[in-house]
Amino acid sequence: MYDFAYHKPSSVADAVALLGDSEAKALAGGQTFIPVLKQRLNKPSAVVDLSGLGLSGITVTATTVTIGATTTHITVANSAEVKKAIPGLANLASWIGDVAVRYRGTIGGSLANNDPTACYPSAALALGATIKTNTREIAADDFFQGMFTTALEPGEIIVSVSFPIPQASAYEKFRNPASRYAMVGVFVAKTASGVRVAVTGASQGGVFRHTAFETALSANFSAGALDGIATPADGLNSDIHGSAAYRAHLVGVMAKRAVAAAA
Amino acid sequence: MNAPFEGIGASVRRKEDLRFISGRGHYVDDMNRPGQLHAVIKRSDRPHAKINSIDTSAALAAPGVVAVYTSTDLAAIGGLPCGWQIHSKDGSPMAEPKHPVLAEGKVRHVGDPIAVVIAATKQQAKDAAELLHIELEDLPSAASILDAIASGAAQVHDNAPGNICYDWHIGDKAGMEAAFAQAHRVITLDLTNNRLVPNAMEPRAALGDYDSSTGDYTLYTTSQNPHVIRLLMGAFVLGLPEHKLRVVAPDVGGGFGSKIYHYAEEAIVTWAAGKLGRPVKWTADRSESFMSDAHGRDHVSTAKMAVDKDGKFLAMHVDTLCNMGAYLSTFAPAVPTYLYATLLAGTYTTPVIYAEVKAVFTNTVPVDAYRGAGRPEATFLIERLVDAVAYDLGMDRVAIRLKNFIPRDAFPYQTPVALQYDSGDYFATLDAALKHADWAGFPARRAAAAAKGKLRGIGISTYLEACGIAPSKVVGSLGARAGLYEVANIRVHPTGSVTVFTGTHSHGQGHETTLAQLVVEQLGIPIANVDVVHGDTAKIPFGMGTYGSRSLAVGGSAMVKAMDKIVLKGRKIAAHLLETDVDDIEFKDGKFTVAGTDRSKSFGEIALTAYVPHNYPIEELEPGLDETAFYDPKNFTFPGGCHVCEVEIDPATGIPTIVNFVAVDDVGRVVNPMIVEGQVQGGIAQGIGQALYESAIYDAQGQLLSGSFMDYTMPRADNLPNITVATENTMCTHNPLGSKGCGEVGAIGSPPAVIGAIVDALKDYGVRHMNMPASPEKIWSIIQSRPAMAAE
Repeated sequence: MYDFAYHKPSSVADAVALLGDSEAKALAGGQTFIPVLKQRLNKPSAVVDLSGLGLSGITVTATTVTIGATTTHITVANSAEVKKAIPGLANLASWIGDVAVRYRGTIGGSLANNDPTACYPSAALALGATIKTNTREIAADDFFQGMFTTALEPGEIIVSVSFPIPQASAYEKFRNPASRYAMVGVFVAKTASGVRVAVTGASQGGVFRHTAFETALSANFSAGALDGIATPADGLNSDIHGSAAYRAHLVGVMAKRAVAAAA
Repeated sequence: MNAPFEGIGASVRRKEDLRFISGRGHYVDDMNRPGQLHAVIKRSDRPHAKINSIDTSAALAAPGVVAVYTSTDLAAIGGLPCGWQIHSKDGSPMAEPKHPVLAEGKVRHVGDPIAVVIAATKQQAKDAAELLHIELEDLPSAASILDAIASGAAQVHDNAPGNICYDWHIGDKAGMEAAFAQAHRVITLDLTNNRLVPNAMEPRAALGDYDSSTGDYTLYTTSQNPHVIRLLMGAFVLGLPEHKLRVVAPDVGGGFGSKIYHYAEEAIVTWAAGKLGRPVKWTADRSESFMSDAHGRDHVSTAKMAVDKDGKFLAMHVDTLCNMGAYLSTFAPAVPTYLYATLLAGTYTTPVIYAEVKAVFTNTVPVDAYRGAGRPEATFLIERLVDAVAYDLGMDRVAIRLKNFIPRDAFPYQTPVALQYDSGDYFATLDAALKHADWAGFPARRAAAAAKGKLRGIGISTYLEACGIAPSKVVGSLGARAGLYEVANIRVHPTGSVTVFTGTHSHGQGHETTLAQLVVEQLGIPIANVDVVHGDTAKIPFGMGTYGSRSLAVGGSAMVKAMDKIVLKGRKIAAHLLETDVDDIEFKDGKFTVAGTDRSKSFGEIALTAYVPHNYPIEELEPGLDETAFYDPKNFTFPGGCHVCEVEIDPATGIPTIVNFVAVDDVGRVVNPMIVEGQVQGGIAQGIGQALYESAIYDAQGQLLSGSFMDYTMPRADNLPNITVATENTMCTHNPLGSKGCGEVGAIGSPPAVIGAIVDALKDYGVRHMNMPASPEKIWSIIQSRPAMAAE
């Protein structure tokens, strides 16, 4: 990696001030960022470590699970409260990456990075989460804006993420055989106002809602309801691990399995 | 209390593991010498280009930079030598283009080294490397074998027309043609053997050191064979005499063949250390390993078998194209010829074989031996062809093998492709494997899987391989530019403990334990009193190193020969002390005894007498107890066996899961059953990796698409089943241990068993063969594009 200045502020205000330098970068769990630095693909003037901001922790109310931005995946996966309130979310966190990634990687880092093959964006979008930053609250529907692109302004920091508790939820993924990232990941959430389905990994544009599946499942929340509903391959990724047509097929398979697990 | 059994046959825990698992191993990158500098190699990011100019001025001016070298600085240095010369059908020698240490005028593959930057720290060297201004002019390129041999293809080397390195053959062409003309049927199979990246856990590293007061050079390097590196680099590249060059290969974290070869970085750091008068270290990044370690496999073949109406094999014809990459790596030419085509009889009595092999240059990383080296390619071809014959004739896969196996009483068995097998019993390994795998119960398991919506299949491979490549005279006549003996020095210390100096090298195999057990067995001393030293040319005699599963069969045999000399000398000393004739002295369990009496001397007493020769037959016998033996084998050894794999496929995703794997191998005499089991399991993990996951994929121009672990699929623990390993051994008849070798059998025997199981699982879809790796998408494509035929 290139040389950079390292800061570990203890308040959000200080962190925001340090990130006022347009060449500075925020470091959460670093499970994407550190490898990027090591490969010299990024040359920040300063790295602002967010781990001292006190943003970790999980709060569960009757209607909402709120997770602090620097809460690690393993904490979410092992939380009895999350397992009870939104089992699909705990399950998703339990098989992100590998053990080392789960102990260092954070929910805020994952959402802010919006890697098109990351798991968490699908949960945020399907559950209709609200992303709280140092300046505002952003609905998940407005947050994800294409691969590695979000509604976050420069210097804006995620503070926490709130997930409305659904009636049922589940996540299923087909892992890239080499990297173990989601080649296709589908999060299904059933709420009083209908079913939401979000797909990660498959699309060139990053996470997206599968409205045809949502309509069918809102009418009949069963795997069979998805029979015969094709996912268009247009715009899906195609690479040495799988063609767009294969990914389109897997979206259906993973969605059915998620529905079966949730139902 | 009896001493614990630690000799041949005991599963002694590995002596080396305490330092490995407690982080106290000592690897090249752990070493730091006073005044050390760091080298970073600037490599080509283009598959094929002309180097128009290199401007080093900005890099040289960067902080910490001591030197920047390009090929013009290395004008006095030779190219990297090739250790094996093949001659084509017409008698002409292979095309052998220069393999420069740093690219001269052109780059020929992504990763080809162009320049080296040497600085006080690795970071400074990396920073400066980015300041090199290198003007490259892209040239047309050819990455795949088929693109490289197409008419009008880009030429990788001016002196290799048509990109052909050699066009070689072996066997009886006329006999094959006659048999084919009269055969009941000729079964044809087209197949590829996928290209692999070795990916040893420890990346390559090299540290050069120079002492200006003595003129002595030392190279610390990640090598499987330090003496080979000393000879190749000293004599052919740098022009250094052996007595001024020491090569140390300390703890090495895996090699699988990729650390046999002499690489450019070794020559660069050694030469630069001399030039600068300071130590110079280079350690590969993982991405550098992907584009600079020699790759493995990469064949395209057509195989044909002529059969009679009962499925008896009459003749075989194999036509293979193999990828050499952009330059000839050290032993590359031997792999698809003498380590491949000579194996094509396999375990079968096929009376006539003719094989043609064309080696092709491409704009890719050089290809050389990788765990198995030629024998996995041969085994995959033979075993898949045998399955295709069974498929086309409607025969049972076991029945056709039994019909064509070399009979138990036919050994020594002369094959039609040069090799003579000394021993084997393919019926025994087959029987045992079928029992362990419950082959007979498979239809019920298939039906149970079908009831759950899964496709279950079972596959079998009855393979043979050749280890301990030898004898030197024969391999020399076949083009080897090296001898293939091994050496051991047994140094008995005055109180009777022993240090073994072996020419072999352990890079994970457990030699420090296995070889010590030979001493326990032969000299009757506890294993705690034995140490094994390897990997330092200043300590060990000139040995050839470790590859081709040769360390026990060849290196262990050299130890036996040296210990024979120790025992004979000990008997002479004992005869003197016990005042009897040497013929009356027996040596057993560590004691020299006068036959038929209780008068004896312990091994320690004899050792002490040898070094304190007060009462000693000094007129007839030199003092000391320190013997060396060089052992040149009479033949290869021929391990073989039967692997059975059972898979279950999820038809919705195409994901195959291995639900059972059984390996019954014949590895000859087993010294440490636990270590053999570990070696076989590791080999099978790599075989399963090749069959289901691994593939080095280049785009049409020659960019490596699978250039990191993000895209190159290594097998992981959760991809592997519990593996049942057993042996049914016949003894090697020509070495004193009877051992054959176990390091590669897993990687050689397993891939066709895995693919056979996949093909069997898909048999209702009309599948006859599938190339590796059998990826989920490949399997799913078949399932979704072809309606299943009527179930059985």
